[in-house]
Amino acid sequence: MTVTAMLVLAAGTYGFRVAGPLLRQWLVRRRGNTGESGEVALPPRLTELMSTAATVLLVALIATSSLTSGGGFAGVALPAGVATAGVLAWRKVPFVFVVIAAAGVAAGLRALGVP
Amino acid sequence: MRSIWRTLTPPLRRDLLALSGAILVVGTSFGTIAVAAGLPWWMASLMSVVVFAGGSQFMVVGVVAAGGGLVTAVLGALLLNARHLPFGLAIGPVLGRTWPARLLGSHLLIDESVAFAMAQSEPRRARAVYWAAGLALFVSWNIGCVAGAMAGQVIGDPDALGLDAAFPAALLALVLPALRETRVRRASLLGAGVALAATPFLPPGVPVLLALVGLVMLVPTPTGRDRAEAAT
Repeated sequence: MTVTAMLVLAAGTYGFRVAGPLLRQWLVRRRGNTGESGEVALPPRLTELMSTAATVLLVALIATSSLTSGGGFAGVALPAGVATAGVLAWRKVPFVFVVIAAAGVAAGLRALGVP
Repeated sequence: MRSIWRTLTPPLRRDLLALSGAILVVGTSFGTIAVAAGLPWWMASLMSVVVFAGGSQFMVVGVVAAGGGLVTAVLGALLLNARHLPFGLAIGPVLGRTWPARLLGSHLLIDESVAFAMAQSEPRRARAVYWAAGLALFVSWNIGCVAGAMAGQVIGDPDALGLDAAFPAALLALVLPALRETRVRRASLLGAGVALAATPFLPPGVPVLLALVGLVMLVPTPTGRDRAEAAT
């Protein structure tokens, strides 16, 4: 690992991060709006598309990180923990308990020898 | 700063504290693994400040430790971070309207700060929550990394503590209300299915990006009324 490699990774990651807000600002400007009312300046269809895209990515991230590990099946303990969290969150249990329950179920199952 | 804190309700402060605690432990584990892989402690710590993307950091260190090439490692890690672009597109105005806010706020863009901000219905609250979550997680991630890198031994295995389940669980709890809308739910389910099916075959990061094909569910289908109009 070299400092150069690290800085390339940092710069590239920041580039991805800053590109979204800048691109959105550019879209607003292009429509002749100075940005004072940025959110309402874009067509609702487009803002809906962008926010749905973020939700789709988050759900895909949840699915892949809870069901797969290193390209294979993640075992039982991890998905069981996340599934417990899903049920609790759906039943409107406060966030902090949902997270603790997920970790607790996964840790408990692993302590019992479940993969 | 103070106005951000005042906008946060006590339950939100508690939620952020819980997630910060979990990130602190994972950060500690990153610090120890990076040092074990041969990185000097200052480099492991600096990487967490300038990259601030846990998944990609574990990935580069893992590839390098396994004897893989540096270019492959960095390109793979960047691929994993490409999802930040569409995230930024969705939450752009949340960062703030000034240039310093946009440029600095962009660095705090991670899955959790995006999910926290998107779970708020009121824009003012969303902005406060985004900054609070981003700053809290940035600080705890970096404290954890320095502690782990200095300690030089694994203090606790995050997986044994079930923390690998805590992060998807937190995101799930935050994203669930948005899934009440039928179109969003259909797009998300299709996307997740595509990502899962692609995971065994494609490098990490790409399957999640492929999930965006789920957005075809947003294409309007002819409704009953449209068809009735077309018939007249």
